Amino acid sequence: MKRIYAIEELCLNCRLCEVYCKTAHSLSKDVIKANKSEDPAPASRVTVYGDNFLSAALNCRHCDDPKCVKACITGAMTKDKKTGIVYVDENKCIGCLTCVAVCPYGCIKAGKTAVKCDLCRNEDGPACVKNCPNHALVYTEEGGENR
Amino acid sequence: MLKEGQIRIPSGCAIAAIIDRKGGMINGSEIIKSIALMHDRSNGLGGGFAAYGIYPEHKDEYAFHIFYENSQAHTACEEFLFKHFNIDAAERIPTKTVDSISNGPDIWRYFGRVNRVRMKNSRLDESEYVVQCVTKINSAYEGAYIFSSGKNMGCFKAVGYPEDVGEFYMLDKYDAYLWTAHGRFPTNTPGWWGGAHPFNILDWSIVHNGEISSYDTNRRYIEQFGYKCTMQTDTEVITYLFDHLIRHHGLPVNVAADVLTAPEWDEIDRMDPERKEYFTNLRAIYSGALVNGPFSVILGSNKGLLAINDRLKLRSLTAALKGDRAYFASEESAIRIICPEPDKVWSVSGAEPVFIPLEIKEREDA
Amino acid sequence: MPVNYIPRRFTVIRDKDLCINCGCCVRQCSNECHLFADDGKTVISRSDECVACHRCVDLCPTHALRIEKYVCDYRENANWTPQYQQEICRQAETGGVLLSGMGTPKPYPVYWDKILLNASQVTNPSIDPLREPMEIRTILGRKPEKLTVEKKGKSTVKMPPQVILETPVMFSAMSFGSISLNAQKSLAMAAKELGTLFNVGEGGLHPDLAPYTDRAVVQVASGRFGVHSDYLNNSRFVEIKIGQGAKPGIGGHLPGEKVSVEVSNARMIPEGSDAISPAPHHDIYSIEDLRQLIWAVKQATGNTKPVSVKIAAVHNVAAIVSGCARAGADIVAIDGFRGGTGAAPVRIRDNVGIPVELALASADQRLRDEGIRSTVSLVAAGSFRCSADIVKAIALGADACYCASAPLIAMGCHMCQTCNTGKCNWGIATQRPELTKRLNPEIMYKRVVNLITAWNHEIKEIMGGMGINSVDSLRGNRLMLRGIGLSEKELEILGIKHAGE
Repeated sequence: MKRIYAIEELCLNCRLCEVYCKTAHSLSKDVIKANKSEDPAPASRVTVYGDNFLSAALNCRHCDDPKCVKACITGAMTKDKKTGIVYVDENKCIGCLTCVAVCPYGCIKAGKTAVKCDLCRNEDGPACVKNCPNHALVYTEEGGENR
Repeated sequence: MLKEGQIRIPSGCAIAAIIDRKGGMINGSEIIKSIALMHDRSNGLGGGFAAYGIYPEHKDEYAFHIFYENSQAHTACEEFLFKHFNIDAAERIPTKTVDSISNGPDIWRYFGRVNRVRMKNSRLDESEYVVQCVTKINSAYEGAYIFSSGKNMGCFKAVGYPEDVGEFYMLDKYDAYLWTAHGRFPTNTPGWWGGAHPFNILDWSIVHNGEISSYDTNRRYIEQFGYKCTMQTDTEVITYLFDHLIRHHGLPVNVAADVLTAPEWDEIDRMDPERKEYFTNLRAIYSGALVNGPFSVILGSNKGLLAINDRLKLRSLTAALKGDRAYFASEESAIRIICPEPDKVWSVSGAEPVFIPLEIKEREDA
Repeated sequence: MPVNYIPRRFTVIRDKDLCINCGCCVRQCSNECHLFADDGKTVISRSDECVACHRCVDLCPTHALRIEKYVCDYRENANWTPQYQQEICRQAETGGVLLSGMGTPKPYPVYWDKILLNASQVTNPSIDPLREPMEIRTILGRKPEKLTVEKKGKSTVKMPPQVILETPVMFSAMSFGSISLNAQKSLAMAAKELGTLFNVGEGGLHPDLAPYTDRAVVQVASGRFGVHSDYLNNSRFVEIKIGQGAKPGIGGHLPGEKVSVEVSNARMIPEGSDAISPAPHHDIYSIEDLRQLIWAVKQATGNTKPVSVKIAAVHNVAAIVSGCARAGADIVAIDGFRGGTGAAPVRIRDNVGIPVELALASADQRLRDEGIRSTVSLVAAGSFRCSADIVKAIALGADACYCASAPLIAMGCHMCQTCNTGKCNWGIATQRPELTKRLNPEIMYKRVVNLITAWNHEIKEIMGGMGINSVDSLRGNRLMLRGIGLSEKELEILGIKHAGE
């Protein structure tokens, strides 16, 4: 499946991926409202770790055998058989955060429900990849889960 | 108003030519008939002819045709000429009164050989010596202009329609194995006789239809080698290019034609290695001699006749063969009026110059 | 803190309504103009160190930032302008030579803007470049005086080494050290794709550029940095750099702090040591010495590569160019005084040398007067801002043009003129790893390719309008040019007529 890969040598630490992730997962889809005034404020699914010298944007790996799906007690966390995307059904999630605890990459965030990357579920690719000014995020078939 | 040479004047035109490969004689009335048919292509501001083989009794002497605008110029020019050449004969070129041609200069011709002592002192070879003498008069002697300087050939030109110019010079009294003709449509009206075609230097004469867009590139290229483009016409610069390539660089006429109308790189890139190398070297060395823009050119010489067209074929030029004779004209009709049933007729291609060599050798000693 | 006698130059204006406090600007500004307030969330700006490089402006996701000139009036004085006063204060503080980057910002005449181009009407058809072939292939190198043939179609002439370019635009010398390796790599990749050349300057050849050596011009400059046999042979041609338009007559100085391991390897000097290029080549004190160096370079490369000599446009440029050509240079590059630089003393940059237009025109004419123009290639350098400048240069007589600032602008440069500080926020004129990684060659080479491709299209369009379908027929075609608002003397030197003539 197509996954997002971070190239740390190219990461600028600008964190625009976070800004655009929030926008993409907002109600308004407007960069200013999403990041400034929307209530509840949308959360970013991607997080940049590091500083200007070394940084990388961390995203859900959409594991082939996801621990979060296995651990979910309500069946809210599922892996789509066709697309391979691991996502949370927010209506089913009760916010127990077991998934947060089991994720080996630390890529699920705790909100009222679990919050995680869903690859934006649209045709032309995830917002973080599209908006990275230095092409430090790539969205590609190659690489597999552990690249 | 500035005259030709002081200002650059673009012009459109009609051209025609006939050659008999075996050296058979053709009367001047034929070429007049051909060029007259294309009357509409000129506007009465210049016409002219070049004829080869017309002075058999003086065939080893240079025939200088000169325009004099006043008697001072006449005196000064003759003084120079008599000093640098041994002149055997001098006369007014016979002309006939024609209503449409007036205000002309005094037109003279001289036959003579070079002054060998002066030539030796100048350390120039003969042709270079003659060219420099002609250039000197044309650039430094106000009011005198040598418009023909070859051997056994001559140019005849004036301000007027070409058929009137032919009548004026009584060209039906001349027989030649090679004729070229020109009718001019300049986009400005200086009305200077020297500005008419053909343009001549030594045995080379050129008639030309078109306006070359590479003029200044070509001019500045050729002026490196001692030429002075005093006329500022396309025809002059093309003549010098041929003269330089053939006389100074020793290139065959058809190679010189390749220089002026070199094929496009796209085409060169697809050629076999030998031809690719030939054209790549040619274009690299002679980039300044590539002629660009619309033109059709007929180059007459005692070696034969060369017809070239621009690379994009933006100007018309038709060729025809009939027995020993080859015909060229801007329009096919101008050929058919004097040669109704040619063996072959074709449109001269931009990529393929046509060279009709003269099969008799004139003047082995030259 | 001592009193600073110089007001700041710019003010960063932040629109609070738009700012989302994402902190992108904070992390991107190497001059530390943006910072988080005490609450750790609100972003604020202080403008003292702003150089107007626009990194923050261009990256701000909500366009909340704007740079404004900081206006602080002085008492009016046409002679003692604020700039001179400020420069005096800077020198009073530091005791040093004023340094700056890029070409002179002074309002000297730009002759390109006073030359108009011709087009065909009626007597001569213009040519549509979309329908007809339009040639811009350019061949550099020494040409024999004449062609010799066995017969039509078979050449027997022995050609000296030639360089074929698919565009008359080349990238000028910029060393690894003055610019980042990523910037150099972007130019190398672009040159390869465009069929033109890039120039490594006098910074040696970094091993990462190995795939592009057939597109590289390598320089032999007065410091001889990185020069060895492999360096000379891994190139398309070799250039002996005598001078640079931005700083004629003086050498170069790359401070030790910029000499990283990589730079030290490429230049073959100890890490951390100052890289000082002497003002002259100490083996060239006259023209005959230049001939020997050219000969030595040709020997070292087995006569397989053309040798270029690059000089700064100075007063006697025509004679110098002619001398270089006669000394054996196959290509002579003339760098005009508006040319860029990584660092130059301000007084030199702004006062020494002459514009490339005049230098080129007089050098081309001089070579023609001497009958040797057709045997040598002439390259013009020193600030070509658009395709029309290139067309005008070729019509004045150049074979090709060297461009550097324009491709740098395509890569993000905003002409902030602080290359010399090494803090380039766009990752171009810096060696700091956290900054150089901002320049991704995969993105930037495409932008450079796009720029030159666009110029090529425009050059063809302009040529077509003139009724010319080969750049060969544009070269030296000064009749295609007319001056506008120029004096008789300027027209005479440029060898062109005035508009309307």
